[in-house]
Amino acid sequence: MGLTGLAIFKLLPKTNCKECGVPTCMAFAMALASGKATLEQCPYVSDEAKEALESATAPPIKLVKAGAGDNVLELGDEQVMFRHDKTFYHPTGVFIEVADNADVAAKVDEINGLVFERVGQKYEVDGVAVVNASGNADTFKDAVATAAGKTDKVLLLVSEDAAAMEAAAAGLEERKPILYAANADNYEKMVEIAKKIGAPLVVKGKNLEDVADLAGKVGYKELILDSGERETSKVIADLTQIRRQAIKKRFRPFGYPTIAFTTEEDPYMEALQAQAYVSKYASIVVLKTTELASLLTLFSWRSNLYTDPQKPIAVEPGIYAIGEVTPDSPVYITTNFSLTFYTVQTEVEATRLPSYLIAYETEGLSVLTAWAGGSFIGENIGPWLKDSEINEKVNHKQLIIPGGVAAIKGKIEELSGWEVTVGPREANGISSFAKLKLGA
Amino acid sequence: MPVQILKEKFTGTVQEVVLGATKEEGGTRSNTVKLGGSSTLPFLQYEGDIPNRPVIALEVLDIKPDWGEAFEPYYGDVWSDPAAWAKKTEELGADVIYLKLAGADPELENSKSADECAKIVKAVLENTSKPLMVEGPGHPEKDNDVLQAVGEAAAGENIAIGLAEKDNYRSIAAAAMMGKHCVIGRSPVDINILKQLNIMIADMGVAPNKIINDPMSSGLGYGIEYSYSIMERARWGALIGDKMMAFPVVCLAGPEAWRAKEAYAPLEEAGPGWGEQKPRGIMWEAMTAASLLQAGGDLVLMRHPEAVKLVKKHIDDLMKPNLY
Ligand code: B12
Ligand code: SF4
Repeated sequence: MGLTGLAIFKLLPKTNCKECGVPTCMAFAMALASGKATLEQCPYVSDEAKEALESATAPPIKLVKAGAGDNVLELGDEQVMFRHDKTFYHPTGVFIEVADNADVAAKVDEINGLVFERVGQKYEVDGVAVVNASGNADTFKDAVATAAGKTDKVLLLVSEDAAAMEAAAAGLEERKPILYAANADNYEKMVEIAKKIGAPLVVKGKNLEDVADLAGKVGYKELILDSGERETSKVIADLTQIRRQAIKKRFRPFGYPTIAFTTEEDPYMEALQAQAYVSKYASIVVLKTTELASLLTLFSWRSNLYTDPQKPIAVEPGIYAIGEVTPDSPVYITTNFSLTFYTVQTEVEATRLPSYLIAYETEGLSVLTAWAGGSFIGENIGPWLKDSEINEKVNHKQLIIPGGVAAIKGKIEELSGWEVTVGPREANGISSFAKLKLGA
Repeated sequence: MPVQILKEKFTGTVQEVVLGATKEEGGTRSNTVKLGGSSTLPFLQYEGDIPNRPVIALEVLDIKPDWGEAFEPYYGDVWSDPAAWAKKTEELGADVIYLKLAGADPELENSKSADECAKIVKAVLENTSKPLMVEGPGHPEKDNDVLQAVGEAAAGENIAIGLAEKDNYRSIAAAAMMGKHCVIGRSPVDINILKQLNIMIADMGVAPNKIINDPMSSGLGYGIEYSYSIMERARWGALIGDKMMAFPVVCLAGPEAWRAKEAYAPLEEAGPGWGEQKPRGIMWEAMTAASLLQAGGDLVLMRHPEAVKLVKKHIDDLMKPNLY
């Protein structure tokens, strides 16, 4: 929704000198409007024009990066209100708080140790928020140093005391920590500290107007917004307004990523509150809990929400060996939808019986969906199986298919010459199936 | 800097549907439950009304379910008696009772007859006071018989019956109309079928305030994002004035969540980082429910009493006024 070609043209020198590589300023303006050219190609644009053009052609929400090395967290740069309109791009960063007057080293170790794995995905906490709970600058500085030494995760420094922030942030250039927060009273100093180390800075308002005001006047662009609201329903309202105004109105002061803090004391209620913020547009959510069930479910939801609706996550189609396979090993078939594949793989692994698992190409559709859609059917699987490499890998012709598609048994047998056993409906039945039928 | 609150100018409203009937209304329920009625996106009260908060239904089966150990302590003493079980769900905070007549599945050995199902429904109604929803065994012909009998047995009670799908909606919708009940239309995570089915049901003469939608849920981690987006699209459709997308939505959070290994697997079979089964199962269900609420669920079907407590409290928080 940037500027039109004509609007851009008005800002160009109109000399038609051709140095940009196209014949006229008008042609260059059109190229800019459609994203086919960049402003740097014209050496003669004035600074004011540059400023106007840059902000008009910039994405509605700025991409802000925090952290360093393998732990760079990209925030913002979202384009839509609903994932079905396109997709959501940059998953909400999940941070956990550590009070500077607690045992920082132990807590950070605990956070480092939080690693979750399911269906082929690995979830880890994105960042550590060191909070100046003591109110003491030295304690804060020490705590930040300890945390920085203990973890490579992104650091979020939480103190509205500019002097404490300055001391703690010194020497962290390399880490690109996030500084929290600039408010109406301290923002000049906070911006100076942030600029010095090139760090993203959170501006915290008392309400939406206040945060818009601050974001507009701080004169720094590596910003993250906090409206200051803490009540769940109001935070959702604010986050929605910020996102909507940035995207639909291009209201510049709201064109930045956002941050939300949980307030619930109960770790499970806290996870639900965080879930609401993940769903409704927070770029970062800061929690207190390290409870496994809370984080596992929150991460799973985040992963679901940020899945591109246009392309399901798929695994490479092919024949997978599970364990030390031999020519006698049983052969299972499933689809290449990653969720389906990993669910089945986990269960086959659990039988402890070395086996082959075929991930049949269904363009990332689940078993029943692919069957209903016509890709996971005997007419396709039969001929494929007949010529498949699996014939060289095993000395038998016995295929196990998912119970949900028992109906495809006949056609596969007819077209492949293999014998088909109908397995259980749900993957969790594979263990007892293998014990009963395969002697696992 | 002055900030103008940017409000969407919606013209539509989610249809309001009343479940249950009190004595004055010809039934025996202690109260009715209203679903839907919103004229805004979920929980954004600043741009429209949310007259009815989302409600929680608890699941009751007519046969002992294979829910396993996680549920034994809560329902173990009642799950061979649907009426007692239904009573228990009220004690555990159900706003609505959701009875699934799984035992009428013709493939089962002692498959229950339509008459037996009607008796069960009567017994449940006698023993409880909350509005009731009844789902058939999910077998086209048997569903017809069973739901017909159920509709008659529950005359005057304004229950909801289902599931009416694209291929079998006629007789179920007819049974609902006959007994002045509501009908639950189920579409397979597909916005076009959802709308089409609503049109067909409405064309039969079912009043709009008697139609509820089940756009089919999936659990957390197992396709929930599809349900979420279908629900968001339907809600948007409703708000911009498409009356055939504007029916209140039920979400099957409980049954879908508990299909996931992450919910039920004991610690010995758990994946890395999963932790103890109990909190994990409860949270898998609560997170599923809470996520679907953000997409516009009007009624969430749940199982675990602890998950119900969490979600109810969460709804309290979400329903606090957020007017600017
Ligand atoms: C999400 C979804 C979709 C998504 C697709 C997601 C995807 N990537 O596949 C979308 C919206 C695109 C979709 C489309 C359609 N869908 Co659809 N969809 C679903 C839904 C809700 C969940 C599917 C899912 O992800 N399941 C989870 C995975 C893990 O399950 P799974 O692959 O079956 O694997 C399990 C078992 O089969 C078993 N298993 C798997 N492999 C193996 C192997 C062996 C050896 C063994 C023993 C076991 C085993 O273990 C797994 C876990 O237990 C289901 C309903 C439901 N709740 O199940 C309907 C469903 C599958 N869809 C259905 C239909 C009809 C369709 C459509 C044809 C029409 C429509 N619009 O709905 C289209 C077809 C799409 C196409 N391109 O052709 C029907 C299929 C009915 C049928 N039996 O024929 C279902 C069942 C809904 C219904 N009740 O009507 N769908
Ligand atoms: S380089 Fe600049 S001034 Fe020259 S033609 Fe291109 S746009 Fe016009």
